Amino acid sequence: MKIISRIYMTLVFIFLYAPIFVLIAFSFNESRSRAVWGGATFKWYLRLFENKEILTSFSNTLILAIAASIFATILGTISVIGISKTNGIVKKIIMSVTNIPMINPEIVTGVSLMILFVMIYNVTGILEPGLTTLFIAHTTFCLPYVILSVMPKFRQLDPNLYEAAQDLGCGPVKAFFKAVLPELIPAIVTGGMIAFTMSIDDFVISYFTSGTTKTLPLTIYSMTRKRISPEINALSTILFGIIFILLAVINIRQIKSDNLKEN
Amino acid sequence: MKTQRIIFPYAVWSLLFTVLPLILMFTLAFTDSSEKLTIDNFLQVGKYSSVFVRSMWLGGFSTLVCFIIGYPVAYFISKIHVKNQGLVLVFMMIPMWMSFLLRTYAWITILENNGLINTFLRSLGLGEIRIINTQWAVIIGMVYNFLPYMVFPIYSVLAKIDTKIIEAAQDLGANKQKVFSKVIFPLSIPGVISGIIMVFVPSVSTFIISKMLGGGSNLLIGDLIEMQFLGTTYNPNLGSAISLVLMVIIMICMGIMNKFDSEEEKRQAIMM
Amino acid sequence: MSEPIICLKNISVSFNNEKILNNLNLSIKNGEFVTILGPSGCGKTTTLRIIGGFLKPDSGDIFFEGKKVNDVPAHKREVNTIFQKYALFPHLNVYNNVAFGMKIQKKPEDEIKKTVNDMLSMVNLKSFVNRDISSLSGGQQQRIAIARALVNHPKVILLDEPLGALDLKLRKDMQSELKKLQQKTGITFILVTHDQEEALSMSDTVVVMDKGVIQQIGSPQDIYNEPKNAFVADFIGESNIIDGVMLDDYKVKFERQEFECLDKGFAKNEPVDVVIRPEDIEVVAPGDGHISGIVTSVTFKGVHNETIIDVNGFKWMIQTTKYLNENDKIGMILEPDDIHIMKKSDYSGEFGDYSAFSDEIYEEQTRKPERVKGR
Repeated sequence: MKIISRIYMTLVFIFLYAPIFVLIAFSFNESRSRAVWGGATFKWYLRLFENKEILTSFSNTLILAIAASIFATILGTISVIGISKTNGIVKKIIMSVTNIPMINPEIVTGVSLMILFVMIYNVTGILEPGLTTLFIAHTTFCLPYVILSVMPKFRQLDPNLYEAAQDLGCGPVKAFFKAVLPELIPAIVTGGMIAFTMSIDDFVISYFTSGTTKTLPLTIYSMTRKRISPEINALSTILFGIIFILLAVINIRQIKSDNLKEN
Repeated sequence: MKTQRIIFPYAVWSLLFTVLPLILMFTLAFTDSSEKLTIDNFLQVGKYSSVFVRSMWLGGFSTLVCFIIGYPVAYFISKIHVKNQGLVLVFMMIPMWMSFLLRTYAWITILENNGLINTFLRSLGLGEIRIINTQWAVIIGMVYNFLPYMVFPIYSVLAKIDTKIIEAAQDLGANKQKVFSKVIFPLSIPGVISGIIMVFVPSVSTFIISKMLGGGSNLLIGDLIEMQFLGTTYNPNLGSAISLVLMVIIMICMGIMNKFDSEEEKRQAIMM
Repeated sequence: MSEPIICLKNISVSFNNEKILNNLNLSIKNGEFVTILGPSGCGKTTTLRIIGGFLKPDSGDIFFEGKKVNDVPAHKREVNTIFQKYALFPHLNVYNNVAFGMKIQKKPEDEIKKTVNDMLSMVNLKSFVNRDISSLSGGQQQRIAIARALVNHPKVILLDEPLGALDLKLRKDMQSELKKLQQKTGITFILVTHDQEEALSMSDTVVVMDKGVIQQIGSPQDIYNEPKNAFVADFIGESNIIDGVMLDDYKVKFERQEFECLDKGFAKNEPVDVVIRPEDIEVVAPGDGHISGIVTSVTFKGVHNETIIDVNGFKWMIQTTKYLNENDKIGMILEPDDIHIMKKSDYSGEFGDYSAFSDEIYEEQTRKPERVKGR
């Protein structure tokens, strides 16, 4: 039984990692061809830093992801508190609307936002599709993830903590920052990180709301339709490394806090 | 109450950017290009029924494959030592956090006629297989991309099952197979259902995987919608109508699934 | 021990059309140890939250040292609370938890340090200054919560079921520790609990509440010996409550017999509730007592046997050191000072018969609606 499960899991992991190893391997391939191994080289990594198209779209992606995830995190955290103050039918409506971007197919979210932005632009001339519309779109689909990450932690919180801070002399706002926020920080950070990675990786919604602005996934997409340049493999290898580190950080945090709880 | 006002920014945001876009899409779907009320768009959707059927079939089949592959994965993970489970899950997640475009693109390298698989087969003298630009390539792409969505929800339900329940079943005389079929599997059904939803929704609505791996001949609903908004056959009214139909299909599927779920819950409630 | 420090006047509160507090009046003297006692849902915690400033009453006024404080928010009241699960800040260590109140007031650092150390040594946790909250046991957390509340030198300390989360032995120790602390500091303590024993052993004054209404206020002795109605008699200790008729001053009739008693001031032939505590009843041979009955069950309780006696269909509880067998016929002697007379109330008939009594029900329920009179 144990051997069967080991073999099975190994096969599944090979399946999951095969394309990634292919990408990494070909980022060191001397030959431009996908099929031929022409010896090892670092030249694609060097060329990457001369490729304006890739670098611009990468910086767009980064700016967008940072802005959208920070804004979504702040707005999401505030809304968690707001949602906790509502009840009955209002709460139900708000929670259902919150779920819409998660349940709806990405393409529908993307298309519907595109309709809105195009309409606003055609009527008023403001909000030309570009970084601003991308920011709005990304914030919108990141918000539910932040809310769902912070909400359970907020619910678990002993409501007396807030009262205890008030009892000891804090005004209502100060009591929130002194007693409640420190408890929420881990959940807020996790929510923000989820939002950040969602934003970085998003293709479908960006595709419909970007206008002529290119984010990295959009650049990759346009390349896959022509001839893909191996610099992309190099970049994705670097990104893989970054994501690997990011995930490691998140999980070490998690494990640490779990250990704390165990003690 | 003053504190309730804190919900306002979020309420306004979701009204503007979640609800309003859907309302606009809805109105577009029921009007023509000169803004007259019509149901023509929906009649036109009928012409594409073959695309819908193909999407449902490919999405459904991929979901089934994900379930068949994913359930044992979730089960095996839930059986290893608790401390290592998190680590295995992280390793499952890592590929997901890499641009799915690139990962899918890498499958071309693996599957194409001169790709890694065929090179390997040829070197063994076994001839070659044609996968790229067929439905099978699309299915592989979908299963590859969405398998973790099946594993995680099933795992999280399996991991929560109290070991005492399993011991109780053994105590009452159930053998390994019986413990699984009578206790573990029934308890894991809620996870299976959310797994099915989480795989089916994106696979039925994808438009990249089919384009990259399926060649031109395997048009799916997603591709159809994309064509109406950014493609050559620009027609947002028709695109909205197709999107609406897609939403309705998915809602019906989820409704059926959730009904399953709540009936299962009811049955369990009665059992307990 | 004279001036009222806190005064509640005509307080009413309701949630979702349910009255939680109904026209409540309470005045608390400076330096007292007051316990508000009642079953869950009786409104005792709500009363505490109103005093603490966490809840505004729908109507009525709150006075603190004679000044109306209805609109003074929690953080400006000279009242500190020890919360049910302590509500210590998990992100701060012991020192910073205790120092919290003083830091908010921006007291100088060396003063904070001195006071915190004083407080920690008062609760015997001086060596724990730099420990994490999560590394403390329940009893230690409890003490930190006390130290944290005392640091601001409040005039009143509110304690919301502070010992509920501790195990029995620790609870007993903390009871006497809290009592000593109150005597040492002279601060007014207002404690909320559903544990009658805790209330009797710690307080100067006990306030018994039920259904949002104060049932009785008095010293622990008064509450036990002179309960005002069937609810109080039943909630505090064990009671046999029998229907009776007051024939005249000092003369009551129940169980078809006349008894002498120490109560007066009732109308002639007024129906009353008669309370007889199980430990006051003396067991004698049948025929030698005032009334006789048949033993239906005996439970060994260590110091005594809890024995249920059937007297003409009404089940009495007696606590006796004699060992009786089931179906024994016995006599019971009721002396005048064993008998306590109460006016009829809404609670009459609800409590006081042990026919449906079992220990399990007793343990599970803080209120005991099961014990409906069995006649």
